[in-house]
Amino acid sequence: MERVIFYILALVMIVFAITSVTSRKMLRSVIYLLFVLCAIAGVYFLIDYNFLAAIQLTVYAGGIIVLIIFSVLLVHHIEMELEIAKTSKQIITTITCLLGLGVFLTTIYSHEFNVAENSLTTTTAEIGTKLLSYDSGGFILPFEVISVLLLAAMVGAIIIAKGRKLTDKNDESA
Amino acid sequence: MIPGISIYEILTVTSILFFIGVYGFITRKNLISILISVELILNASAINFVIINKYLYPDMLQGVLFSLFIIAVAAAETALAVSIIINLYRQISSVEVKDIETMKH
Repeated sequence: MERVIFYILALVMIVFAITSVTSRKMLRSVIYLLFVLCAIAGVYFLIDYNFLAAIQLTVYAGGIIVLIIFSVLLVHHIEMELEIAKTSKQIITTITCLLGLGVFLTTIYSHEFNVAENSLTTTTAEIGTKLLSYDSGGFILPFEVISVLLLAAMVGAIIIAKGRKLTDKNDESA
Repeated sequence: MIPGISIYEILTVTSILFFIGVYGFITRKNLISILISVELILNASAINFVIINKYLYPDMLQGVLFSLFIIAVAAAETALAVSIIINLYRQISSVEVKDIETMKH
């Protein structure tokens, strides 16, 4: 049963990822990306990391997709079609990507993984304890750094998006 | 772990996803499309962290926490990228890569 679900999810991921990077309509390509992200959340559910799947659904499918759709609607006419790269460039890129994929896959398949058979479930409490512990292996420092990073990104986004207006006003008052 | 699925199959899927992202990153000519491709690449690496955590070191949580941080950084990066795109569109009325010759001001 899980096997079938995983194959369906993998198929959805790959097909919608390909259509997402090749579609000529901007908004459609964003919606295809949404399907890919939901399939990834499905994989997280399958391997029993429910908290991570919830984060993936809320932050990616809820937040980032809405942001991108917002910028698409501000910037584009919906009917506008994107220009695509030259055929020669497409072919060269495809060949390069397939070569890279071949290198990846030969490396992966020639490596012997020591897979530990298990069916452990992780509770959210364990993740929280690990995230806030300051023993060895704890993640308190990155946790604090990421909060500062998010604050800086928020302030920076507001300043950049305001752009010229802000500087003009400053010039007038000066 | 997923019963009946080996780690090799999942790593194959994530590698394919990664290279689809690279393909889009190179061939697309639009800033927002490039942003979408970057999201694909980031997600492929996040799945790799989680899968390797679950299959090889099931009693630890490092991979999960790392992918949490990846998601947070990706959210910050998207917010900044969207604000830069909107600002550029206000100034030069275009988000095509070839029109953006200077980002000095």
